[in-house]
Amino acid sequence: MNDEIKTGKSRREFLNDVIVGGVSAWLLAILYPVISYLDPPKSKQVKVSQVNIGKSSDFEINSGKIIRFGEKPVLVIKKSNGEYAAFLAECTHLNCTVQFRKDLGQIYCACHNGKYDLNGKVASGPPPAPLTKYDVAIKGEEVIVFKGEG
Amino acid sequence: MQKEQPKKQEPVTGKPKSSLMQWLDERYNLSALREFAKKKSVPKFRETIWYYFGGIALLLFVVQVITGILLLMYYKGTEDIAYESVRFIDAKVNFGWLIRSVHSWSANLMILSIVIHMFSVYFLKAFRKPRELTWYTGIALLLISMAFGFSGYLLPWNELAYFATKVGTDIVGQVPFVGKFMLTLMRGGEDVTGATLSRFFGFHVALFPGIFVIFLTLHLLFIQRQGISEPDDWAQKEEKEKKTIPFFPNFVLRELLIWLIVINILAILAVYFPWELGNKADSFAPAPQGIKPEWYFLFMFQVLKYIPGKIWMINGEIIGILFFGLAGLLWIIVPFWDVKLKPGYRNRVITYTGLGILAFIIVFTIIAFIAG
Repeated sequence: MNDEIKTGKSRREFLNDVIVGGVSAWLLAILYPVISYLDPPKSKQVKVSQVNIGKSSDFEINSGKIIRFGEKPVLVIKKSNGEYAAFLAECTHLNCTVQFRKDLGQIYCACHNGKYDLNGKVASGPPPAPLTKYDVAIKGEEVIVFKGEG
Repeated sequence: MQKEQPKKQEPVTGKPKSSLMQWLDERYNLSALREFAKKKSVPKFRETIWYYFGGIALLLFVVQVITGILLLMYYKGTEDIAYESVRFIDAKVNFGWLIRSVHSWSANLMILSIVIHMFSVYFLKAFRKPRELTWYTGIALLLISMAFGFSGYLLPWNELAYFATKVGTDIVGQVPFVGKFMLTLMRGGEDVTGATLSRFFGFHVALFPGIFVIFLTLHLLFIQRQGISEPDDWAQKEEKEKKTIPFFPNFVLRELLIWLIVINILAILAVYFPWELGNKADSFAPAPQGIKPEWYFLFMFQVLKYIPGKIWMINGEIIGILFFGLAGLLWIIVPFWDVKLKPGYRNRVITYTGLGILAFIIVFTIIAFIAG
């Protein structure tokens, strides 16, 4: 310690280092809890694996509706041939909620004119990726949406 | 502003001191202030009109503070009742609609005057040495004002605001490295929820006003310390040809007159075009047609529509964000890349760059209005 002071640093430099180091440590000790505080705790979301959305006969052909799948909006579409498709209703571009447009026969995002076909693939506009797919099963009369494996 | 009043009364008119002034003078010796006020002047030339816009922005900020405090008396910043409380202000509270409308209009006019102020400072090249810090604090004030606008937009918790916030925060989330953290920080979670509203409310009424006042104080102090900028052309004139307006009371009185006009414009807009509330936000409803952010974000919003999903391997939106980020940064650090030429030569690069940017912003804003 003494040697170092003699050979390398003057008393002033040493004290400066101590002060700068001390202040930095002090700032870090304040900033760390503040920044951690701002990062919200992960709330336990109720895990939803499937949602029953009612009778198939109540679902109009060539229409779509947004259902609540846990915390997420999911768009369910009954195509003109009676087949079902379901997607996470969040546009892959900037997160707006998409809708089924009967007139276009497409899935549409009003925020930036993004369009997807009924398989969730990008048809036009700025979205960089297809919509996340959900699966639909019919049990008797009931339409059930569940999260696909992939 | 309060500070200016005692300065202006006594020295210029030369009237006998009022007893209050005498009382103050005996205790605080105002002679230095008086001398300072006497010397203060504003160059008089073709472009003097632009010197008023900083003052207009200041007036509108004061209007924002007053109407903002009034709105706070009734507004409730939680997801369940935010929308209802704003509807209550609009429908039930005496003159509630007026206060809210003035707050919204004044916010927009404030941003407009800051933008005009900024461009005039840019074109008159008043950001040059020794006024770099005035420029930077001014830029900080503009950015904080935009943050004010963005956070305030969400507070009524209506559909338009909800999706504008989703998009706006998602864009921040795309920023490389820090994006994800910033997104969570702003949203208070992964999605735009009541947690986001609480945070935006806190930012809007506590954090931003605090920071704004700090930068505003610095900005005004710098201007007082250095005096108003004189453009090159004017500074090169012979002393005899330099026309000036005394700051007290001539310039101040003119500014007051302009403030009166601005307040009238504000009143007309607020009364005849009251700010709409729209529908309550619903996170399980699709984004409505014609969704758009506040007008000062419109040009970026419109450009984002044109950028394709993928450019080579990179997401188009990231390219857009990097483009605007870089352009904004270059704009901010103009005192660094500006080259001052010899007297008599104009730096046309600065002027043409500015005109180009202005044209870009205006064209895309107009397209967005027409398309929207």
